[in-house]
Amino acid sequence: MKTLALHILDIVQNSITAGARNIFIHIEEDTRENRYLIRVGDDGCGMTEDTVRRVTDPYYTSRKTRKVGMGISLLKQHAEQAGGHLKIRSEVDKGTVVEALFEHDHMDRQSAGDIAGVIVLLVGSNPEIRFQYTHHRNGGTYKMDTNEVKEVLEDVPLNDPEVRQYLKEMIRENLGEMGAL
Amino acid sequence: MGEPIMTKIKSLADLKKKKEDLQSKIALREKSDTPEGRVIVKVAMATCGIASGSKEVMEYMVDELDKRNIDAIVTQTGCMGYCYAEPTLEVNLPGHDPVVYGYVDKKKADEIIEKYIKNQELVDGIIPVNYQTIEKDKEE
Repeated sequence: MKTLALHILDIVQNSITAGARNIFIHIEEDTRENRYLIRVGDDGCGMTEDTVRRVTDPYYTSRKTRKVGMGISLLKQHAEQAGGHLKIRSEVDKGTVVEALFEHDHMDRQSAGDIAGVIVLLVGSNPEIRFQYTHHRNGGTYKMDTNEVKEVLEDVPLNDPEVRQYLKEMIRENLGEMGAL
Repeated sequence: MGEPIMTKIKSLADLKKKKEDLQSKIALREKSDTPEGRVIVKVAMATCGIASGSKEVMEYMVDELDKRNIDAIVTQTGCMGYCYAEPTLEVNLPGHDPVVYGYVDKKKADEIIEKYIKNQELVDGIIPVNYQTIEKDKEE
């Protein structure tokens, strides 16, 4: 994974596979406290304690198409390399929260990458899931809730190519204003 | 066509202003096509795919199919088990069996659109898939 945005794209796939109806993506940047925090939560099927312990093992996966599961272990490695950590809280039938913390100015922290593009890709491919995206940076906040977007668009689908373009633009403009691009 | 000054979308209120325009475009498209006639492209978007550039491939497919006026649904799928050949994508043409392409970059994606999606002409890079037998055994 070259960027944090790609990590988000990757771990949200786990939430989708877990059957989530609601997914939140929360990013908290604080340059004064030198933190870059990513938290992804869902109301999917959750995991047992035993499974939570095993997901950071690259040779653990729940899927049957291949024998390795690199997603979480890669994120853990990247977080730890950048002075942070990875934490997972999960409860069966309730959901899962994955939290990755990085030192904001750490040399080995990956760049944020195309977060707007990733959010729009997820939203457009999973219109039935409610995504709540919150991005804080040094006191500034941007929020996007797909329920609100759907209300505005009425019958226009979220996967319409032009809608994707507009949403990407909207997120980028707001992140740019916060200095989070 | 459209407004002379292009203003950037910054808020939901800006998005709302575009709604009617979007609705009429969609109505127009629905008149000319039946849903059964739609092309479906599924881009494999698991760790292996993402690490190999599937996000860019998917964005390219969304943008280019739209630009070339092909009514298609581009969506994501999980790992199909061809991690060695990522990025991979599956193309479903109406009335055809699904075809999986591997090692897809923008150049390959362009070729898939022009040759396979437009003209049903097979392109190099197909991953042979036998849904009925091999995959089933693997799933056991």
